[in-house]
Amino acid sequence: MMNAIIKITVSVVLLSWASGFRSFPKPSPASGIGSDTIFNFGRPATQADIQRWDIDVRPDGKGLPGGSGTARKGKTIFAQKCAACHGLTGVEGPSDKLVSTDSSQVKAIGNYWPYATTVFDYIRRAMPFNQPGTLTDEEVYSLTAFLLEANQILKPGTELNAQTLPAVQMPALKKYILDDRTGGPIIR
Amino acid sequence: MKPISGENPTLQPIKVSRRKLLGGAAAAALVLVEAPFARAVQVAVTQAELTDPTKIPGVPPGQVGTRSTFEKPVKKPSNISSRTPLQDLFGTITPSDLHFERNHNGVPAIDPAKHELVIHGMVEKPIVLTLADLKRFPSVTRICFLECSGNFRSGSEKLSPQDICGLTSQSEWTGVMLSTIFRQVGVDPKATWFLAEGSDAAVMTRSIPVRKGWDDAMIVYAQNGEAIRPEQGYPFRLFLPGYEGNMSIKWLRRIELSDAPYLTREETSKYTEPLKDGKIRYFSFDIDARSIITFPAYPAQVQKGWIEIRGIAWSGRGKVQGVEISTDAGKSWHPASLNGPILDKAHTGFRYVWQWDGRETELQSRVTDETGYLQPTYQELVTARGSKGGYHFNPITGWILKPDGRVLLSNG
Ligand code: HEC
Repeated sequence: MMNAIIKITVSVVLLSWASGFRSFPKPSPASGIGSDTIFNFGRPATQADIQRWDIDVRPDGKGLPGGSGTARKGKTIFAQKCAACHGLTGVEGPSDKLVSTDSSQVKAIGNYWPYATTVFDYIRRAMPFNQPGTLTDEEVYSLTAFLLEANQILKPGTELNAQTLPAVQMPALKKYILDDRTGGPIIR
Repeated sequence: MKPISGENPTLQPIKVSRRKLLGGAAAAALVLVEAPFARAVQVAVTQAELTDPTKIPGVPPGQVGTRSTFEKPVKKPSNISSRTPLQDLFGTITPSDLHFERNHNGVPAIDPAKHELVIHGMVEKPIVLTLADLKRFPSVTRICFLECSGNFRSGSEKLSPQDICGLTSQSEWTGVMLSTIFRQVGVDPKATWFLAEGSDAAVMTRSIPVRKGWDDAMIVYAQNGEAIRPEQGYPFRLFLPGYEGNMSIKWLRRIELSDAPYLTREETSKYTEPLKDGKIRYFSFDIDARSIITFPAYPAQVQKGWIEIRGIAWSGRGKVQGVEISTDAGKSWHPASLNGPILDKAHTGFRYVWQWDGRETELQSRVTDETGYLQPTYQELVTARGSKGGYHFNPITGWILKPDGRVLLSNG
């Protein structure tokens, strides 16, 4: 009698144990989702969706808008909209020095920036710091020309536009080397 | 058998009316008012009862928990960043409100109902996604550290781990794999980079290799079990495990696939390392392995005898393989215990129990990651790079134990 009860109990336990495996199968691609499943959430982007934000500029000039500017115009705009933080000639601060001079080793556009297009891209998206995104493309071309001339990179009087800006050679470019460290025992 | 009295107590509910309870309290108060002599005694009793939590009912359950008023861990803010109090934390998850912050023109206030992410460029089908859309995709949850690559400070022996390298924190992040979305938009096989752009006043941008997008990049909308915090990119951010923090663009609004990098200001003027030969190293994405002892560390005060040396170690290139401790300023090294589970690209806790004889000495920790990289000394880094700091500067940190129990930063 006692034996029978034990046997029944054991088999019930075994049964429920085994069926437990059946009721919780391992998730598998058979459930319909594979690593290549495409969900199609969201909505298609229209040209307008993209254009409202697509303001980036690449070193090859891709993304530069129409319009043009000169350092002469840039100097006036700089005095009005930038000098309060960067100084009248771009070195007096209190914010970042924008012009590199021989006497100072401070990193600035003239001695550290590898591409002139970055000056345009950054000013257009982020400056003036207290009113970002308020400059016209013409103003940004002129400010870029002013800063490149002040850094003695641009010949005085050069007009900057979508063709001339990417052609500007920056002295710092030759210093740039790609980080090729991948771990391992070397300290570099 | 006669039961011993009290052995089998029968429990019976005792009915006490609310009126009776209140009446009792009121009676006690009456005593107070009526007998000035008894009042002094009564006040003393009340004081004792106030400090004995078993003598007064506690605060009822609430909607949001708070820290004990006796615990005051705080971030250390400057104009541009705010540092995690590493020396005040335990384990490896950073409480979300103590996660470090670094932004380039403030934290934007974004209404998720009005926020969109546009994915375009070298793709077959450009799309617009909202927070609600992102939450429909299969979700992935992962514990990872996030560190700003400009995370080294020195210059005083009175610097805490928070001051030295408080721009690293760890969270459990939840979101969607970027590869899932890349498949949907049909990324052009010729695309090698993508630009990620934020919706803050810096309109932050970084170029990221497409292979990272296919590998382990995520768009995350949750942190430690709740919606990601505004300082961390609400409603969602890019998250690139192991990469320098700046690249995990917060408040993400746009991803553009491209066949060339953009060389934005943040990957040229900033986040690059001048080297001793006059070169400038760029696109340093991986966070190099690093460790720091968070106890004992300034401003802790210690006593001689047993001390559990504790800290965290991490690597952007994979798992922590081991951490070693020196209690003699780097002359000899002993393996520390690691607190499992040891996760990929995650802060890993370490411990080493040691008996201090009370004489002045210096404690150090150094980590080896799974690539075999051994955390360098300060001098090794200075010799290799020619700079005494800058981005990706991850030297061994030493703590001097003074005989009076003070702990000071070595070579501070
Ligand atoms: C309210 C102060 C303020 C004003 C006005 C301002 N800037 Fe800036 N500028 C800053 C700050 C602060 C930074 C650094 C931002 C950062 O690091 O994220 C900066 C950075 C820059 C940089 C990058 C410097 C570098 O080396 O990386 C350039 C270029 C720049 N500003 C140009 C301009 C121009 C052009 C104007 C006028 C249109 C302008 N700024 C107006 C505060 C200001």
